[in-house]
Amino acid sequence: MEAICAFDRLVPGRGAAALLADGTQIAVFRLPDDSLFALSNRDPFTGAHVMSRGIVGDRGGEPTVASPLLKQVFSLKTGRCLDDEDTALEVFAVEVVDGEVRVGADVRAAVLWPEPPPRRHSRTRE
Amino acid sequence: MSSKRLAVVGDGMVGRRFLEAIVERDPSWEVTVLAEEPRPAYDRVRLSAFFDGVSAEELSLATELPGVDVRLGEAATAIDRAARAVRTERGEYPYDKLVLATGSAAFVPPVEGADLEGVFVYRTIEDLEAIKARAQGRRHGVVVGGGLLGLEAANALRLLGLETQIVEFAPWLMARQLDEAGGGVLRRHIERLGIDVACSTGGTKISAASGRLRMETNVEGLAFDTDLIVFAAGVRPRDQLARECGIDVGERGGVITDTACQTSDPDVYAIGEVAAMEGVCYGLVAPGYTMAEVVADRLAGGEATFPGADLSTKLKLLGVDVAQFGAMDGPLATTYLDPAEGVYAKLILSDDARTLLGGMLVGNAEPYPLLRASVGGPVPAQLADLLSSGEVQAGLPDGAQVCSCNAVTKGDIMGAIHEGCTDVGALKDCTRAGTGCGSCVPMLKQLLAEGGVEVSTSVCEHFTQSRAELFDIVKVTGITTFSELIARYGVGAGCDLCKPAVASILASLGGGHILDGEQAALQDTNDHFLANLQRNGTYSVVPRIPGGEITPEKLIVIGEVARDFGLYTKITGGQRIDMFGARVEDLPKIWRRLVDAGFESGHAYGKALRTVKSCVGTDWCRYGVQDSVKMAIDLELRYRGLRSPHKLKSAVSGCARECAEARSKDFGVIGTENGWNLYVGGNGGFTPRHADLLLADVDAETLVRTIDRFLMFYISTADRLQRTSKWVESLEGGIDYLREVIVDDRLGICDELDALMASHVEHYADEWKGVLDDPEKLQRFVSFVNAPETPDPSIEFETVRGQRFPAGTTERSHTGPVLLGTPERK
Ligand code: SRM
Ligand SMILES: Cc1cc2nc3c(=O)[nH]c(=O)nc-3n(C[C@H](O)[C@H](O)[C@H](O)COP(=O)(O)OP(=O)(O)OC[C@H]3O[C@@H](n4cnc5c(N)ncnc54)[C@H](O)[C@@H]3O)c2cc1C
Ligand code: SF4
Ligand code: FES
Repeated sequence: MEAICAFDRLVPGRGAAALLADGTQIAVFRLPDDSLFALSNRDPFTGAHVMSRGIVGDRGGEPTVASPLLKQVFSLKTGRCLDDEDTALEVFAVEVVDGEVRVGADVRAAVLWPEPPPRRHSRTRE
Repeated sequence: MSSKRLAVVGDGMVGRRFLEAIVERDPSWEVTVLAEEPRPAYDRVRLSAFFDGVSAEELSLATELPGVDVRLGEAATAIDRAARAVRTERGEYPYDKLVLATGSAAFVPPVEGADLEGVFVYRTIEDLEAIKARAQGRRHGVVVGGGLLGLEAANALRLLGLETQIVEFAPWLMARQLDEAGGGVLRRHIERLGIDVACSTGGTKISAASGRLRMETNVEGLAFDTDLIVFAAGVRPRDQLARECGIDVGERGGVITDTACQTSDPDVYAIGEVAAMEGVCYGLVAPGYTMAEVVADRLAGGEATFPGADLSTKLKLLGVDVAQFGAMDGPLATTYLDPAEGVYAKLILSDDARTLLGGMLVGNAEPYPLLRASVGGPVPAQLADLLSSGEVQAGLPDGAQVCSCNAVTKGDIMGAIHEGCTDVGALKDCTRAGTGCGSCVPMLKQLLAEGGVEVSTSVCEHFTQSRAELFDIVKVTGITTFSELIARYGVGAGCDLCKPAVASILASLGGGHILDGEQAALQDTNDHFLANLQRNGTYSVVPRIPGGEITPEKLIVIGEVARDFGLYTKITGGQRIDMFGARVEDLPKIWRRLVDAGFESGHAYGKALRTVKSCVGTDWCRYGVQDSVKMAIDLELRYRGLRSPHKLKSAVSGCARECAEARSKDFGVIGTENGWNLYVGGNGGFTPRHADLLLADVDAETLVRTIDRFLMFYISTADRLQRTSKWVESLEGGIDYLREVIVDDRLGICDELDALMASHVEHYADEWKGVLDDPEKLQRFVSFVNAPETPDPSIEFETVRGQRFPAGTTERSHTGPVLLGTPERK
């Protein structure tokens, strides 16, 4: 596990990016209830490292983040893209030790889960 | 009478429809069907699909018909009216009533050599099988006829891999459905498919030579050497049986019937293409189906009559949209031609321009279902709007025919929806709508939406309220945070739809800096970093340049900043300068220099006022009648920073020449001799719309007051991401109602609207300056929390035309040519 910053540095309801020693970019999200999630910072749809800048929220109770570029929504828990069954973000281990946020360079959960397809949303996109 | 004997000649599309109808309505008839073709009825309308690999079985229309004896491959040869019997080569079939449904045969003009091997018609599955066999290993085919059928046949030959030549006698293609301009546009589409077209040309003689064919024409020196020839030059009713037994036939063929489909012999009916209904033959399946229903009703004791026919047609060629509906000619016409896109459209109108009589569409037939259903009523929308978005709402009357293949009206469909049909499939089952050519299916979808298959106005799954309702809640309760709002009025944690919407409402109602406290977390990334996110994760920087007026000193500062931070620069369409490619951690440094030089945020990232463009006006222009630059600057400074449901744009022109394009803006101002004209509800973008005149010849004070109210009324009541144009359209009573509310104060809310705007103007502060002055906010402008000074290593640039671009951009410019033509109205 690698320490990245003080827990207080993270804004509730928002993400921040961290650069690990091996060059991996991780997006860490602190939710308003102080729970933490760490996923790959790379938006799989565009290749840009921007996931940490997305808006967090939930879909049907599942905590989510929306890509800031083309707005696809991902589960914070599993990394699965809820708008495209074939895409997912890598999920990393994250914990707080002595007020410091640490993330694991090991992928904790990855790629696709054989879950039932998410329910269909038809929404206007900007 | 023990039983009633009914004989039917012909098991084609209409004959089969009749059989289904009679079995349903009056099963007491003992029915015998004499059918010349070796297989039961099939879908001739989709015949060409046979070449796409759709099998004869899949085209079949055969259904279980209890009590019906279908005698395949047994053609009727004569009718003995005295004995009331039909004869075939195998026997004699007595009847009480006889229905002729013999259809028509391809018309082959009297050309020498038309009976040679390799010459075909295009009517039956057997014809297509023969054409396919002949085409094997050969190269070239000629289709005689450039109408609906000829084009369909030509496309089929093309799909069989033949070089294809159309020979048409008329001066343009589809001359029966299109005018010359439409025919011309169609021709270019057909040629683009690789099909050659010769108009004003007719074959005169066909001869065979060494396994190939040669067709000479009426044009000096023009002859075609080819492998096969298909005649698709029209059809002739197969009225021979009737003619020979003395039943009346029309001058140009067809068995004459009255509106009950009865021939001159009261025991004999004629339906489908063989019938000359009151002297008119219809070469389409829909009128034939109606006739089938009429006769079935009559034989069941009813009184039905033929109500007239809709002759609308839509060509089914892949990739070429052509449609014609209603009248071909009329007192007034409006046309639209875009030669670059290959789109031509024409609407025929009554002399007061209030009633749609008919029209034609080439190149874009999307509005066809809506227009066809609107014939006889008001024109549903501007032609250009219809062509740019097929989804214009249909305010159709109940009686309008939505599916003309099956004569289903809007009323029928709405009825079915109320009885529980919730999707297109269910509507097809219940009403038959959409089961013919399928062109009405988009309309069915719209009607489902219109008919209570709920279109929700709720913002998202977390709030059942609309944006306007949330706005009222925030205003009335004084709630200032998202978490309180969702706890009291919503569910869950929010999402990327409701959070920015609420952030915008809080900002419109004067909630302080958009990055203060909890608000920061609600903002879309653009608002969060006060810059526009680009495809590679960098941002763009757009300082405000009010009215587009800028001093040389400020221009130099922009140039220096762009140079020092390696930014790509571009003059935008909004009369200002955009600098692209800024890294997150550079944004504060860039803005430090810009703010020091007197620049403010241009809000290019926000759903907020963007620009107020200007023309030079009285300052320099010899025509100017008002000071448009000063007015533009005043307006831009007044409304800068105003957050709204969607972005807001404006422009001011100094005279009616309109160089600032004010009428394409949310609010546009045009100088007049006596003051200013105010236009509202315009935009460019996806669905362009010109703004409508709200006030004329007013002084500056009235102008500004009215704009204040217009904007605040919009901000209070519009939906999320609804621009002013759609918002004005959505107001019941439209612009007149709007005028009553914000000019005449009909609702008594003008004081409040004025106060809201006064508060905005008073509390405006530059957002970027606010960030630079606040160390806590500045902290967020880093690429990485654990490495604040390290730029994102994944971002790479390349240099093109002397400037920096995201690496890989130049590849994308290979995606194909861009059409440069703009629609040109005639
Ligand atoms: C930079 C500019 C193009 C240029 O190089 O000239 C531009 C660039 C963008 N436009 Fe635009 N638009 C620009 C002028 C326009 C204009 C022309 C005008 O304003 O006179 C139009 C048509 C007029 C109109 O809006 O009615 C225009 C219609 C759009 C639309 C379609 C809006 C619609 O209602 O259909 C979008 C999409 C949206 O806003 O949802 C859009 C969205 C965008 C966005 C913000 C796309 C995005 O979300 O990333 C582009 C990114 C800007 C950036 O800096 O990263 N842009 N855009 C122009 C900036 C003007 C400015 O100074 O602020
Ligand atoms: C390629 C093609 C595409 C078409 N596309 C469209 C379209 O998109 N939209 C549209 O509305 N229409 C279209 N049509 C026209 C449509 O197919 C006809 O209007 C429709 O088939 C007419 O039906 P019918 O029953 O009157 O004639 P038919 O379907 O021709 O049936 C008549 C039947 O009677 C049989 N018959 C004739 N004489 C005798 C006899 N003496 N004894 C026994 N049987 C006999 C014939 O063999 C035939 O099977 C198209 C036609 C073709 C060829
Ligand atoms: S037209 Fe499209 S691509 Fe061009 S700037 Fe506007 S949004 Fe971007
Ligand atoms: S109009 Fe042809 S199926 Fe409805």
